[in-house]
Amino acid sequence: MNGAGRPRPQSGIDLYAWIFMRVSGVVLLIMVLVHLAIMHIINNIEVINYHFVAQRYATPFWRTYDLVMLWLAFIHGVNGVRVMIDDYVGSRGWRMLSLASLYVLGFIFLALGSLVILTFNPARPF
Amino acid sequence: MGKISKYVTYRGHEGQWSWLLHRITGIGVFLFLIAHILDTAMIGWGPRIYNETMAIYRHPLFRIGEVILAGAVLYHALNGVRIIIIDFWPESNLAQKKLFYAVVVLFAVIFVPAAIYMMAWMVR
Repeated sequence: MNGAGRPRPQSGIDLYAWIFMRVSGVVLLIMVLVHLAIMHIINNIEVINYHFVAQRYATPFWRTYDLVMLWLAFIHGVNGVRVMIDDYVGSRGWRMLSLASLYVLGFIFLALGSLVILTFNPARPF
Repeated sequence: MGKISKYVTYRGHEGQWSWLLHRITGIGVFLFLIAHILDTAMIGWGPRIYNETMAIYRHPLFRIGEVILAGAVLYHALNGVRIIIIDFWPESNLAQKKLFYAVVVLFAVIFVPAAIYMMAWMVR
């Protein structure tokens, strides 16, 4: 009997991806709900501004937290789209093209996000 | 059956709806994550640009979108736990309908008060 998700792949990269989705999912459940509680319930968009982020990123804790969450969420999302491309894009050519676009755009956005988190300098004068 | 059924049909009943909603909320949250990377990147241009970007999210439409996003994340998280439970404890498959209704009830219990709280700005 299969489970609720995709049947567990036998081996190789597909098996690792299957395991990654479940492990990252559990970690993300905690990290994202904490993120939502802090940024959207306890605080909200009325108080979030440059000063707020500068204070939050003054110590490495939230920077590290955000970086780990970004990587887990982003790779989880890219893999989810990969599975859907495999499911929905029938022709070999379109599948190759969409997968290539996914990986190139994915790399660019993950690099940009990481760069922003790592290089933000609250002390920089404007 | 229309052509669309090819994309949205899985095993029928609760299993199919939970699966389809999992995909839709997953795509929605992932698209927002990309937008969120872009809005956060504005911080590199200093307080004025970043604060102007954040002001966009204060628009009532975005604040409603924020609540929908929170709901999408919550559903995806709870249904994800259901998937993991059934994947790793195959005997729980016998209770899969109950597990789906547990997701629905848990979702409602957490989401309704959170959504009301998040929309309190409307009456202030």
